[in-house]
Amino acid sequence: MPITRKEVEEIALLARLALSEAEIDLYTRQLGDILGYIEKLRSLDTEGVEATTHAVPMDCTLREDELGERLPVEDALRAAPRRAENFFEVPRIIAAHDEE
Amino acid sequence: MNLCERSASELSALIARRQVSAREVTRAHLDRIATLDRELGCYLLVDQAGALARAEQIDGLIARGLDPGPLAGVPVALKDIFVTRGIETTCASRILKGWRPPYEGTPSHRLREAGAVLLGKLNMDEFAMGSSNENSGFGPVRNPWNRAYVPGGSSGGSAAAVAAGLCAAALGTDTGGSIRQPAALCGVVGLKPTYGRVSRYGVVAFASSLDQVGPLCRTVEDAALLLEVIAGPDPRDATSIAEPVPRYRDALGQGVAGLRLGIPKEYFVAGIEAEVEQAVRAAIRKLESLGARAVEVSLPHTEYGIAAYYILATAEASSNLARYDGVRFGHRAERPVDLLDMYCRTRAEGFGPEVKRRIMLGTYVLRAGYYEAYYGKAQKVRTLIRRDFARAFEQCDLIVTPTSPVAGFALGERTEDPLAMYLADVFTIACNLAGLPGLSLPCGMHGRLPIGLQLIGRPLDEATLFRAAGAYQAATDWHTRRPALG
Repeated sequence: MPITRKEVEEIALLARLALSEAEIDLYTRQLGDILGYIEKLRSLDTEGVEATTHAVPMDCTLREDELGERLPVEDALRAAPRRAENFFEVPRIIAAHDEE
Repeated sequence: MNLCERSASELSALIARRQVSAREVTRAHLDRIATLDRELGCYLLVDQAGALARAEQIDGLIARGLDPGPLAGVPVALKDIFVTRGIETTCASRILKGWRPPYEGTPSHRLREAGAVLLGKLNMDEFAMGSSNENSGFGPVRNPWNRAYVPGGSSGGSAAAVAAGLCAAALGTDTGGSIRQPAALCGVVGLKPTYGRVSRYGVVAFASSLDQVGPLCRTVEDAALLLEVIAGPDPRDATSIAEPVPRYRDALGQGVAGLRLGIPKEYFVAGIEAEVEQAVRAAIRKLESLGARAVEVSLPHTEYGIAAYYILATAEASSNLARYDGVRFGHRAERPVDLLDMYCRTRAEGFGPEVKRRIMLGTYVLRAGYYEAYYGKAQKVRTLIRRDFARAFEQCDLIVTPTSPVAGFALGERTEDPLAMYLADVFTIACNLAGLPGLSLPCGMHGRLPIGLQLIGRPLDEATLFRAAGAYQAATDWHTRRPALG
């Protein structure tokens, strides 16, 4: 069995996905099938083969560091689920001092 | 004259010569969409007002003697993966429902600059993950040739809309076959250019080392025309290739005399439908009768392609899709208790089952201690696959294969078995892994369903694909067949 239910729960947390019990069962089975299929790569000898990161060799592209077009603040915030003044609003991350 | 059957090249010529107005052409397509698309499900959004306004603008330019560009008044549509300023862009995901982007991507910008009229945004598999279009968050697309069948995916809406005459041409994206496979299943021409040939600025990212933009059209000439318009370097995409863009249409009439066709023996094996193999072999004989020479070649690592692909693509997707966190745009879960809860519920509510499955797989293969065994290994296999092609291209000028092992499959047939769905991409994935250009064009029928022929070229040698495809199309009439629609 290539993947356990507990591993699926750990991965879901790493991936920031709140999965239902039924989804965890389903993915334990399906990821097991897919990982089982992927196992076939192990039989292939890749000793000494270099890795391909991009198929087409590319030089690192450089350009002058010049100020270009900027997205106006209002445009950037228009799609925000919640905003406060010129900020994206999210639930509190750091506890306030008086609560510590 | 049915305006919705004309090619993009014909329409732009007719409009530029004022034999028909851009407004009439746009109107005809909007009417056809209204009549047929309720059942087919190709469009996620139709911008009727914007399209008519743009068409009138084009007519105005022509009336004043100005040149509106090579796509003057041509009605086009975009897979909903292309970011369009002010026009809802969802990638067929509920997590992006209602998102109106504050900027325009390069491919759509270049189409508009060339005079095209944008009709709307097309359905797809959510975040381009799928081979049947059944993973859309907003409903499936039906194959215009047989409505019980899938159109292929992930650019299923693009292929079906072009086949059904609901636009003259469309853009799609191809990460593992997502332009070519639906083009084959819907009987149209689809091209995945060389990796880096077309800018991906403003294209929602799936797997960044594999994704590429390309056209879906009803003729090879249209595909060449659209590629001329959208290809070329872009300072906003550091992975775009600086090479100048040739006039691809010049290759169409050059014939195939002396061209060497590589036939990879690993692509004609068990699992391929008999009718598909027969049609592809007949197409090879046709090209030989036109002066090409077929040689057997070997791509020995073919059988490892899908396994390597599903490691690389899901790993990159799990990273790219981390941006959908409910903070800056898109869906956010109601009343989160804290930030972690907000992330986890936002993403669980917004993503569909296949996207979650791939994020999970990608997260698994990238987790601490697993990188070398999976991602690192897959990158090495990728090198072996690239070498296979480099060796094959010492003996041939292009490679000829089926695009899909089957002519089609029914809606619902593979949804319960993700692995069976992944195997639909068996003939298209290697192109992406090796960064090569690949083109699918119609080469036969299996009952009511079209069959696709795939041509694979050397890096940046799209011209040879157009040369062979143009010669084939000039000598056959498969591309002129149209589905019977209401």
